[in-house]
Amino acid sequence: MHVGLHHYLFVSFMLFSLGLFGVILRRNLLVIYMSLELMLNAANLALVSFSRFNNKLDGQVLVFFIITVAAAEVSVGLALIVALYRKRQSAHVEDLTSMKL
Amino acid sequence: MEAINNLISGGAVQDVLFYVFAALTLLCGVLVIANPFSRSPVTSAMFLVLTIISMAGLFVLLHAFFLAAVQIIVYAGAVMVLFLFVIMLLDLKVEQRRKIKVFGFFAGIIAVGGIVSILVKSLATAGDGVAEPTIEGGTYALGKLLFTQYTLPFEIVSVLLLVAMIGVILLSKKKLE
Repeated sequence: MHVGLHHYLFVSFMLFSLGLFGVILRRNLLVIYMSLELMLNAANLALVSFSRFNNKLDGQVLVFFIITVAAAEVSVGLALIVALYRKRQSAHVEDLTSMKL
Repeated sequence: MEAINNLISGGAVQDVLFYVFAALTLLCGVLVIANPFSRSPVTSAMFLVLTIISMAGLFVLLHAFFLAAVQIIVYAGAVMVLFLFVIMLLDLKVEQRRKIKVFGFFAGIIAVGGIVSILVKSLATAGDGVAEPTIEGGTYALGKLLFTQYTLPFEIVSVLLLVAMIGVILLSKKKLE
């Protein structure tokens, strides 16, 4: 069977579900963050395959922007995690349940 | 470029490569979130690098050459180095295995199962797209589109990067005022 749009979309969906599962299941803040990256990448893959199989480049431009925004998001998020770790000495979501610093 | 083009335009080779890269992507994705041998975030980060690199392979198969390069340089290079820096900076102790909450596990299964069923159902009704895709996501075509039709978003993204930079500097100052 020839590989088409459906195959790529299936991989993308599976990757997205994996990322979601990681966000729900894992308790380490950093691993949760990596699972978020996984979900972003799944969306990128879906966009690139849509772009390819619709003969339009706009999807790839969007992926370019998503990668930029993801880089900015990672830097800010990791700075937040470091600041939080300095206050609480822990990167576990179960130790970070109270709202007050 | 020409050699890669010739190699991946052969139908059977392309299909085999797709299955190889897809299996690698999903396997490494599983190992990021649930590694049976190690709970360390460093292992997760390394498998995330592998996931991203095999995904760049999928991008090449989709003729998105520029994005494949960017994926490796920006994601596997810059972003993952940032991750590893922070992991080293936090100096995490070897994580004791905490008991997974049964309720959380089943809630996760139900939520993920719901999403998967929606996605698979949408896949069943989706169209195939064009049979013979012809676009090439090379630097020239993408750059032309980026600097003509998408100039305004491009400039806005540069402002966003500046804002993120200032925010990070503020956040990582010792005293938060």
